[in-house]
Amino acid sequence: MEQLTTIGLNHYLTISAFLLGFGLFAVMTRKNAIVVLMGVELILNAANINFLAFSKYNGGMEGVMFALFIIVIAAAEAAIALAIVINIFKIYKSVDVSSIDSMKE
Amino acid sequence: MSNQTYTVIFYLFAAITVCSAAFVVFTRNVIYSAFSLLFTFFGVAALYVFLSADFIAVTQVVVYVGGILVLLLFGVMFTNSIMQAPQKSEVLHIIPGTLLLAGITGALLYTFYTTHGWMPSETTLQGSIVERIGFETMSRYVLPFEMVSILLLAALIGAAFLARFDKPGK
Repeated sequence: MEQLTTIGLNHYLTISAFLLGFGLFAVMTRKNAIVVLMGVELILNAANINFLAFSKYNGGMEGVMFALFIIVIAAAEAAIALAIVINIFKIYKSVDVSSIDSMKE
Repeated sequence: MSNQTYTVIFYLFAAITVCSAAFVVFTRNVIYSAFSLLFTFFGVAALYVFLSADFIAVTQVVVYVGGILVLLLFGVMFTNSIMQAPQKSEVLHIIPGTLLLAGITGALLYTFYTTHGWMPSETTLQGSIVERIGFETMSRYVLPFEMVSILLLAALIGAAFLARFDKPGK
């Protein structure tokens, strides 16, 4: 009971493990490229929770700064990935990742 | 805030985060996924507040909810014709996917809970960290900060270049 009512490091690690699992599941099972991107965002959020949790219980600022940079990289990644998805849609008229099998139009 | 209220609010936000993340993954409708992701991002931002990273929480709301989610919704609307019946997304490899989900999550949880070496520092982060982030950004992390700004600029120019529409005459 003590374990459950006192919020500690393990609680945050549990949430991030679930988010990572769900993100991997989305990346692996979905055919729609946009849902695959959502899975990648879930994985990045899981990593961020871990960084901040370890940073809080360690007392340093390294994890916080890393989390900030991860958010910036995630924004850049989402923009580029969406641009690529839009190009794929223009060429193939669908965003089904399993039907995209050639490098040329 | 008493310790009990703190715990209850933590579990509430944890439940919102995990349940909406599960809904993102398990629903077949792409629009529902995108809107459920909104709740996941807000739940994660609330957890960041619990981790005394208030600045990161605000950044999460501004960048993820205001930027990335809008981009994803734009992608959903652009690539599915709304008039057409439900925007289903097909599923493949469901059995290996479920095994991977259970395996990875189970293995991580097993590792986390059987590691008895977590020893929290005497000086955990407390209160607001905005000022400390400012000092760190302008001292130890000034080179990564400048590099990431150039990377972001290059990535956004590249994205605009990739997604442009060709002129009709060409």
